[in-house]
Amino acid sequence: MKYFHLIWAALFRRKTRTIFTLLSVLAAFLLFGMLDAVRSAFNAPPSAAGVSRLVVSSRISIIQPLPQSLLTRIQALPGVKDVAYANWFGGYYQEPKNQNLMFQIAVDPNYLDAYPELVLPADQRKAFNETRTGAILGEAAAKALNLKIGDKIPIKGAIFTNKASGDTTWTFDIVGIFKAAEDKQRGQENQMLFRWDYFDEGRTFGNGTIGWYIARVNDPNDSDKVAAAIDALSANSDHETKTQTEQAFQLAFVKQLGDIGLIVGAIMAAVFFTLILLTGNTMAQAVRERIPELAVLKTIGFSNKSVLGLVLAEAILLIVLGGVLGLLLAQVLLPAVNAGSGGRMNFPPIGGSTWTLGIALMLGIGLVVGVLPALRGMRLRIVDALAGR
Amino acid sequence: MRFLTNLLLIVVIAVAIFVLVVLPWPALIVLVALLALWMAFTRTGRQAWSVTKVGVATIPQRLGSSSVIIVGIAGVVGVLVALLAMAEGFRQTLAQTGDADTAIIMRGGATAELNSGVSRDDATLIAQLPGILKDAEGKPIASPELVVVANIPKKTSATDANVEIRGVGAQAFALRPNVKITSGKRFGEGLRELIVGKGALAQFAGLDPGSTINLGNQQWTITGVFESGDAHESELWGDVEVVSATYRRQGYQSVTARLTSPEALDQLKAGIAADPRLKVDAKTTSDYYSAQSENLTRVIKVMGMIIGVIMGIGAVFGALNTMYAAVATRAREIATMRAIGFRGLPVVVSVLLETMLLALAGGLLGAFVAWLIFNNYTVSTLGQNFSQVVFAFKVSPALVWSGLKWALAIGFIGGLFPAMRAARLPVTTALREL
Repeated sequence: MKYFHLIWAALFRRKTRTIFTLLSVLAAFLLFGMLDAVRSAFNAPPSAAGVSRLVVSSRISIIQPLPQSLLTRIQALPGVKDVAYANWFGGYYQEPKNQNLMFQIAVDPNYLDAYPELVLPADQRKAFNETRTGAILGEAAAKALNLKIGDKIPIKGAIFTNKASGDTTWTFDIVGIFKAAEDKQRGQENQMLFRWDYFDEGRTFGNGTIGWYIARVNDPNDSDKVAAAIDALSANSDHETKTQTEQAFQLAFVKQLGDIGLIVGAIMAAVFFTLILLTGNTMAQAVRERIPELAVLKTIGFSNKSVLGLVLAEAILLIVLGGVLGLLLAQVLLPAVNAGSGGRMNFPPIGGSTWTLGIALMLGIGLVVGVLPALRGMRLRIVDALAGR
Repeated sequence: MRFLTNLLLIVVIAVAIFVLVVLPWPALIVLVALLALWMAFTRTGRQAWSVTKVGVATIPQRLGSSSVIIVGIAGVVGVLVALLAMAEGFRQTLAQTGDADTAIIMRGGATAELNSGVSRDDATLIAQLPGILKDAEGKPIASPELVVVANIPKKTSATDANVEIRGVGAQAFALRPNVKITSGKRFGEGLRELIVGKGALAQFAGLDPGSTINLGNQQWTITGVFESGDAHESELWGDVEVVSATYRRQGYQSVTARLTSPEALDQLKAGIAADPRLKVDAKTTSDYYSAQSENLTRVIKVMGMIIGVIMGIGAVFGALNTMYAAVATRAREIATMRAIGFRGLPVVVSVLLETMLLALAGGLLGAFVAWLIFNNYTVSTLGQNFSQVVFAFKVSPALVWSGLKWALAIGFIGGLFPAMRAARLPVTTALREL
């Protein structure tokens, strides 16, 4: 630590060069921070709730409906705490491009109990239970579409025809706005939930069938056993089910989008390879220029090892300085991107795991780019270096 | 004064980048030709040429630091071209699907086949509408279709993916003449048989001809493989009546019909409007499939641009570092030339040209690596019908050109400032140094 001054002075010996290099490092780690956020936005955060909830869908395919009669049979199974169900609606408010801002799901009265992370004030919950045409939206969706409690909104559905209107337009009363309990679950605020009974009575086909069940288990360790028991209920029938934890369900869905992890990894590999070359060259240049100075240091008694340490520390300091600034910048920028996109994007904030990985990368890259120049500094012979040979 | 010139530099950069963005490639050739003429026939031009020659000749001595520019820019261009190639591949696959001569008729308001529904009665009515081409026997070339999704594991990840199964009517092959059976035979009418698209065969497990798959508790046999050169290659096809029975559907989802001519779409639409029983919309299949690629293509392009800009900024600083160092090591040489009568402009031009040559080399390298690794690299993602669309990356010449534009822009910015410093070096101090 007592040499910190010396290292700092050496680092800023050539101000322009160091600042340009720092900015390159900063750009690389800014990208790392943002891409890691993209990656974790796609990989659903592992949560206890995700493991204790089972998603029961049709084995044939996710779009195939299930009979309502399964409800009581699933409820009766040992280990099942409660069961809720839901149906995909698939419509849009005003314009087709709003489809991704708010997707709609018809849910039964128990659904909100199964999702404690969706926080709805008690009076709004009561209003939802009492209003047949009631709907509740996530805060992000409400903000993006500029909707508030009390609004009456028409939703143009794509699948289900409404008996009342004769076409696929359904009208809902907004009675509540829910929030996600944690920031990293903000993605769930892009939905609108409405009552399944209103939906089922209104639609012209598919009545009495549901899209999927959500069963909560008493003990997450029993998940596999309970899932097998649920699937056994409908084995060899014409509506066989496939039951998996919500986490596994989401992971399988993300994998269908494509290998996001691989894409992010490939980009970062290209970025860091370039970065190593760039800073490695800067460090080599810096040491080459300072050979006489390093020789002076050795002359006045610095050991080979401490010269090695000094140069290595300088390289690591350079990378860590730029890297930390880059990650900080990413941390500031991400909420701005979220806000700027008007709810279209919900990147989770940069978390501890990103910082840990980032700092490990900084140290690693610092070592790699510093080692050759440092060895050169260590091995130089005082006489030759002072003579300029 | 100094502030003013710096301001001027920034304006020059902005203008240069704008010109580069809008520039088509023939204009660049003209520009290069003009530069060559200037170098050949004017005094300052000849000076610039000789200074540039010296600069370029010394590159091998500074190989390490010059490679920073090349590799840095190759990284930017490589990543950018690869991402854009992904967007382009997806867009092309869907744009090639469908044409202006065929129309898809779905329920009004439906954005994808999966959301649509057309009853059997409606399908019969639709087939008789005006504007639809009839075959030699007088039957309309229209195919009522049903798209369902089956869980079939991906070869790469072994997790279940949604694969599209399309039930097609008897006229489907007359409707889409580009669909060709490459091995095996067509599915039999009324049988639980499927043919598999080339793309689906490559991406998903257990679909080889002769094998059986389980759909809704029934065994289906794969009888053949088809090729169509478009998004249908991601699908499995079977008889619509059998698929509909298996998935317990009452009707179809869409009717696709061949039009007598592209203009007949209006005729067809008028026919639909005239029949109060029909609540459906018609559009050409090329419109329908092209619209499906818009969202994903835009997301990938925006992501590519953001990543490109951030990486580009990093590369600009790398280039600045290298060129400042290059100018510093050649300070004496440049000052000598200034002392014997070379003007400032040739010095600026030579440093700028040298950087842009290195940048061009980097851009070519990056685009080449992206082409080598990613051209025709096949992946699949979730498409509009909640099922997998198989597509291949396409590194097109247009993408390479836009990658090279980025490289030249980075080279220009990275070279301009060091070039200005070189030209401004006070001759006396520079000669005394070292």
